[in-house]
Amino acid sequence: MSAAILERLKAQFGDAIRSTHAEHGDETAVIDPARLVEICTFLRDDAETKMTMLVDLFGVDTLGLDARESGRFEVVYHLRSMSTGRRLRLKALLDEGDNGEPPAIDSVTPLWKGANWFEREAYDMYGVRFRGHPDLRRILLYEEFVGHPLRKDYPKEKRQPLVRRDYT
Amino acid sequence: MAGVEFYSTKLQDALNWARKFSLFQYPFVTACCGMEFMAVEAPKYDIARFGAEFPRFSPRQADLLIIVGTITERQGPILKRVWEQMCEPKWVMAFGVCASTGGFYQNYSAMPGADQVVPVDVYIPGCPPRPEQVLDGLMLLQDKIQKREGWAQRRQQRERGVTLAAKGKLPVIG
Repeated sequence: MSAAILERLKAQFGDAIRSTHAEHGDETAVIDPARLVEICTFLRDDAETKMTMLVDLFGVDTLGLDARESGRFEVVYHLRSMSTGRRLRLKALLDEGDNGEPPAIDSVTPLWKGANWFEREAYDMYGVRFRGHPDLRRILLYEEFVGHPLRKDYPKEKRQPLVRRDYT
Repeated sequence: MAGVEFYSTKLQDALNWARKFSLFQYPFVTACCGMEFMAVEAPKYDIARFGAEFPRFSPRQADLLIIVGTITERQGPILKRVWEQMCEPKWVMAFGVCASTGGFYQNYSAMPGADQVVPVDVYIPGCPPRPEQVLDGLMLLQDKIQKREGWAQRRQQRERGVTLAAKGKLPVIG
């Protein structure tokens, strides 16, 4: 039934849908990050799909995971339709810029308010910048923290203490 | 002056005897060990038998800080401030491996032991520790208090320039 969503997406957006697969019935579309907001708006507002709920949004760092040439970072969106109960997963593959610019993608907070803290978490842990986010600050770690700890190249043993003993 | 020394030492012993059986605790509960802490508090294991049942949720009224659970780096300044606000003499108990050493967490967020920030008098291992272990730890702490070996007690003695070994001087009450 819901495989029709993938077909519909492909018909609607063509090249912007880079690949699709359905593992154990979980439909996934890998999309062009530049057209994310357009695709999400369609999925939310279209009478057939009505993906009114953003269930989850998170980052993935695939460094060392597979022999990918590009798309080290993934931002994954889990969508659900409240009226039909169907689910859909979108993946956007991102990279750091040539001059070390952080990976960046448009924010979907204007579409789903719930995306606000999810995007802050993905920023905090992976350093993905969400363009147009109303308040992109760290959400779990402290302001003094340097770097993004869930990146695979963050040193495992590294500590950034706020306070240490001064008793004797 | 041998008599005065005798009386003040006995007075100190009496004070510490009173202290060890009337510990007012401040439970700094951050994680799952809290469930085991509740079991220690509850009638079955009944920490009240040792006079330490009374939690005060203001550090100023407490003299035993019980650190129950993982301390993250972000919580460090809060823990330190709570400890600083407690009146002396004060004692600290690390409840469970996370509070003692960081436990199995070895990452960017977990502090490797609460003693990175505050001086701990008794470490209770276990994930979580059995209530019997906690009671055993409490009894160890009571021994420490009686022998004036708590960290705060030692500091007090040191700061006033009086050690227990220094005969001929009046020991400080504390």
